[in-house]
Amino acid sequence: MTASLTMIGRSIRLSRRNLDLVIMSIVLPVLMMALFVYVFGGAIGSVQSYVDYVVPGILVLCTGYGATSTAMSVADDMKKGVVDRFRSMPVSGFSVLTGHVVASVARNALATSAVVLVALLMGFRPAASVTGWVLAMGVLLLYVLALSWLAAGFGVIARTVESASLLGFFMLFIPYLSSAFVPVETMPTWLRAVSEHQPITPVIETVRTLLNDQPVTSGWLALAWSGGLLAVAFGWATWLFGRINRR
Amino acid sequence: MIVETEGLTKRYGSTTVLSGLDLKIAEGSVLALLGPNGAGKTTTIRILSTLTRPDGGTARVCGSDVVREAAAVRGAISLTGQYAAVDEEQTGRENLVMIARLRGFARPKARARALGLLERFDLTEAADRRVRTYSGGMRRRLDLAMSLVARPRLLFLDEPTTGLDPVSRTTMWDAIGDLVRDGVTIFLTTQYLEEADRLADRIVVLNNGGVVADGTADALKSSVGGTRLDLTFPSAQDALRAQAVTGGVADGVTLSVPSDGSAVHLHRVLDDLLTAQAGVLRVSAHRPTLDDVFTSLTAVAA
Repeated sequence: MTASLTMIGRSIRLSRRNLDLVIMSIVLPVLMMALFVYVFGGAIGSVQSYVDYVVPGILVLCTGYGATSTAMSVADDMKKGVVDRFRSMPVSGFSVLTGHVVASVARNALATSAVVLVALLMGFRPAASVTGWVLAMGVLLLYVLALSWLAAGFGVIARTVESASLLGFFMLFIPYLSSAFVPVETMPTWLRAVSEHQPITPVIETVRTLLNDQPVTSGWLALAWSGGLLAVAFGWATWLFGRINRR
Repeated sequence: MIVETEGLTKRYGSTTVLSGLDLKIAEGSVLALLGPNGAGKTTTIRILSTLTRPDGGTARVCGSDVVREAAAVRGAISLTGQYAAVDEEQTGRENLVMIARLRGFARPKARARALGLLERFDLTEAADRRVRTYSGGMRRRLDLAMSLVARPRLLFLDEPTTGLDPVSRTTMWDAIGDLVRDGVTIFLTTQYLEEADRLADRIVVLNNGGVVADGTADALKSSVGGTRLDLTFPSAQDALRAQAVTGGVADGVTLSVPSDGSAVHLHRVLDDLLTAQAGVLRVSAHRPTLDDVFTSLTAVAA
């Protein structure tokens, strides 16, 4: 327990001191949102109605940046001697990775707050009650947690920081094939089939319906996807970390 | 025996790094593992410190098996690897407190321990600067300090002074000497024979994944032969003429003659040369260095 807390303290201190990481995980999502709302907003409908639609999508896109930075910082750690030091001490791989994951969730929480604040300034007026907000953030948190463990696993197997950043390509690409930025009804049938059945769409739809105070239809699906992904990713990442001493 | 290995093997793909390593180390001793690059020194340390699994054979460290009882081994050892295992973006103090917390010290004790180690390794002034700004010598000292947070029974030092300037190297040697006096068993690898000569009471030479020599520095030196006399002549012809009388190997104006190092032998050589009217300019006697040992051992086996 002390070990995990110590590693969490370490990872948070290290993220605070890494300016690139702060910019990538907090400033970039805010800029992306401004871009979407002001550049595409007018074409798609109005800035006002689009901001209400797109904020949940941007929040999920944020998690992609967050996950990429997590994979990169784990990979960076692995190639340095310091992880060898931890591994030669009675410290479990779980503690080392937990540090990264919790720091990742914390960075995501900051990014989410920044995006929501800026969105409010840009005219985002969600209809949600306090309960709606709490539930929406809970769904997002579970998803972020799952994604962070997945990213930690990628960080462990990536041989270099550069290859860990490849994860970012997928993480940033997949949300476009979902209901994040445009309703799936506008897509060709084959693409729509893909978009409707990938894990991000139910998460986004749940957050969106919760924030806009609409009836939630995909809540259980979102929880199942996130929970399942969390269980698999957690097992995979800790298993991988344990395996590195066979090399 | 604090370390006992039997038939340790390790392969990476088709390359055999260790081919049946047998090694026993007594508690309280200082062992230096020498060998050319790729001889398996780092792999041996990584296996003994539980970072790498052997493909075959067994290894017990501090009484526990490195594979099956890794946690017990980890509680008793410390490792200072080839590359300073420190967090660049944390300060020296933060690094030390972190390790102390991971070693189970309560927060106030962890702080006190960090403070003591910073003083001992002359890092007090740099304590609150990020390690990124440290010199190579300071980084190594911090690295060693981090290995001593919990007093280990066995300390692994993988090339502890590689890349350090002579002053930092001497500082590291002094620090290691202090540990030996405290009774910590030390297992070090090095490329510097002077380092092994100075620190170790036993030297093991590794080549092609196996032990090719094992003993004290003196024993190893005698094993490659005794003293050598180097005689310098005015010309190469003189040197060749002298070689006909005394034997040995002539190289330009210098003739090297094997010797037992006694005054009697030196007398006889000089007398013989006087009789032969070969005018010697200078005489010097050389005891073999560990470099000679190293070169002869690794050349034969390779």
